[in-house]
Amino acid sequence: MSAPLPDRGHAQHLLHEMLRIRRFEEKCAELYGAGKIRGFVHLYIGEEAVAVGVVQALEPDDAVVATYREHGHALVRGVGAGPIMAEMYGKVEGCSRGRGGSMHLFDARTRFYGGNAIVGGGLPLAVGLALADKMQGRARVTACFFGEGAVAEGEFHESMNLAALWRLPVLFCCENNLYAMGTALGRSESEPDLCLKASSFEMPAWAVDGMDVLAVEDAARRAALAVRAGGGPCFLELRTYRFRAHSMFDPELYREKAEVEAWKRRDPIAVFTTRLKDAALLGDDDLARLEDRVATEVAEATAFAEAGTWEPVADLTRFVYSERTS
Amino acid sequence: MSPPAVTTTYREAMRAALRDALARDPRVFLMGEDVGRYGGCFAVSKGLLDEFGPERVRDTPLSESAFVGAGIGAAMGGMRPIVEIMTVNFSLLALDQIVNNAATLLHMSGGQFNVPLVIRMTTGAGRQLAAQHSHSLEGWYAHIPGIRVLAPATLADARGMLWPALEDPDPVLIFEHGSLYGVEGELPADAGPVDITRAAVRQPGTDVTLVAYGGTLAKALQAADTLAQEGVSAEVIDLRTLRPLDDETILGSVRRTGRAVLVDEGWRSGSLSAEITARIVEGAFYDLDAPVARVCSAEVPMPYAKHLEDAALPQPPAIVAAARRLVGRHG
Repeated sequence: MSAPLPDRGHAQHLLHEMLRIRRFEEKCAELYGAGKIRGFVHLYIGEEAVAVGVVQALEPDDAVVATYREHGHALVRGVGAGPIMAEMYGKVEGCSRGRGGSMHLFDARTRFYGGNAIVGGGLPLAVGLALADKMQGRARVTACFFGEGAVAEGEFHESMNLAALWRLPVLFCCENNLYAMGTALGRSESEPDLCLKASSFEMPAWAVDGMDVLAVEDAARRAALAVRAGGGPCFLELRTYRFRAHSMFDPELYREKAEVEAWKRRDPIAVFTTRLKDAALLGDDDLARLEDRVATEVAEATAFAEAGTWEPVADLTRFVYSERTS
Repeated sequence: MSPPAVTTTYREAMRAALRDALARDPRVFLMGEDVGRYGGCFAVSKGLLDEFGPERVRDTPLSESAFVGAGIGAAMGGMRPIVEIMTVNFSLLALDQIVNNAATLLHMSGGQFNVPLVIRMTTGAGRQLAAQHSHSLEGWYAHIPGIRVLAPATLADARGMLWPALEDPDPVLIFEHGSLYGVEGELPADAGPVDITRAAVRQPGTDVTLVAYGGTLAKALQAADTLAQEGVSAEVIDLRTLRPLDDETILGSVRRTGRAVLVDEGWRSGSLSAEITARIVEGAFYDLDAPVARVCSAEVPMPYAKHLEDAALPQPPAIVAAARRLVGRHG
């Protein structure tokens, strides 16, 4: 069940944020085809409502730990589209100076802690960031995103236990898109009910329609409120679907085209757009204006990346150890 | 007037370092398995829970990956965690966090996120603990760019390496050889921080250089005594820092003596001793009067039986024999 519609401004803000991710990533796919972006690139298309909804619940000094499918989270968290695109180009103007690429976006200003490409590897970091907040008496939340595939990793269970045991302010956001690369949830978990697993750690857990940005935002706000108040961690299972390939090379042998098409009919952007129009919260001119703004942002980001420079090879071994000023 | 020396042990020196760090900096805390109520599996942290409380001396579940990763996260969040892992063998359960996160985050983030974390663990054999508690894998860690690896072999280093490690902006791994905890000796009452960048010449000599660290330092010194009785003057180098290696001290010594015996409790193949051999050959080849020799652990998982364990480990007679061969004495 979705949450009630918000006011016009916020409704359009949510749509705008989802469109930013969608159009930015469509451009990424195009640039990958053109050879501008290399390495692995994991598109978030279809899952936009999750990052957009959850981030609404975060305060500016909260932290985010994400996975290798994190362009969307970085964008809505406030990492600049230009530095993200430049990072994918491998340019020194990138948000990780071209050292990380698509899978390792980092930004200290927005407390965006990556970009972790080891499935489950980000969860212990989130626990530690939350531990630091708790020990220093700061009412901050660390939002930790991971896919349902991470649930099979030991680090998931260890981290959930530790966060619950120490009542740490972590908002665990499990993006259940049903496939760990090509392995369906039912083929990898003896108990596929993820909330049941989370509940076994004595942690409040909800399953949410991850295709509905309002439902995600509502759940995330309630969870973040509880976490921030010191009640310990919460777990959200955000049921969503990846419309594109796992990465850039994926013949998609593991899922039926009909299944993909059925999920695409639940496209979080298309459905939300229709809903807003039906409720007279969005006009055609509003939508055109949003699309224009997004197109401009993406064009500027691409131009920024194109105009970027390559880090001198002489700097290759920088950032292995900290550069001390003393 | 120099302060009086006190008789202490390696364990007590390490505990004094922990106490000092906890008292000096409110951001410092210790966490690991049984560091609190149990007092540490080697009794290193005994008494610290009462002194500093459960927030700062934190018992963890048996979740090496989570609590090491939490140490990394807490370090990025402004704390100065000391994470204790019972043995290097158990640290393999946290290898993902140490190698994929602690060592990489600064670089992957383009210099934005450093990880001021200290991880302590025991290493080495000699206590009949067999093949899952006795290995010397510090050489693996010394392979990894992004971390600093220390091996305190003396009481002064046990007392003095922790604080500079905590002041280091990047992850530091401290390997404490399990056979050292009970070693007794004298330490100045005001002993404090030491340099953590250089190897040390523990005994000067002119005929052959014995390179050792951690648990093998005492064996190398013992071998040097035996050699001295035979008229062979051995210089003994304590590596102290396994990464980055102090090439200057190692090569400087080998250039003077023209001969090197490397003592390493790790296995010979792909070991730290192999790396040092390569550096000597690359940097001091023309100063060598004899091939480099190595005394390492036998290539076998560490056995339980005492006589087999002893036979598997580098021992002073083997070090003496290797040195004799290099100086052309076959006694």
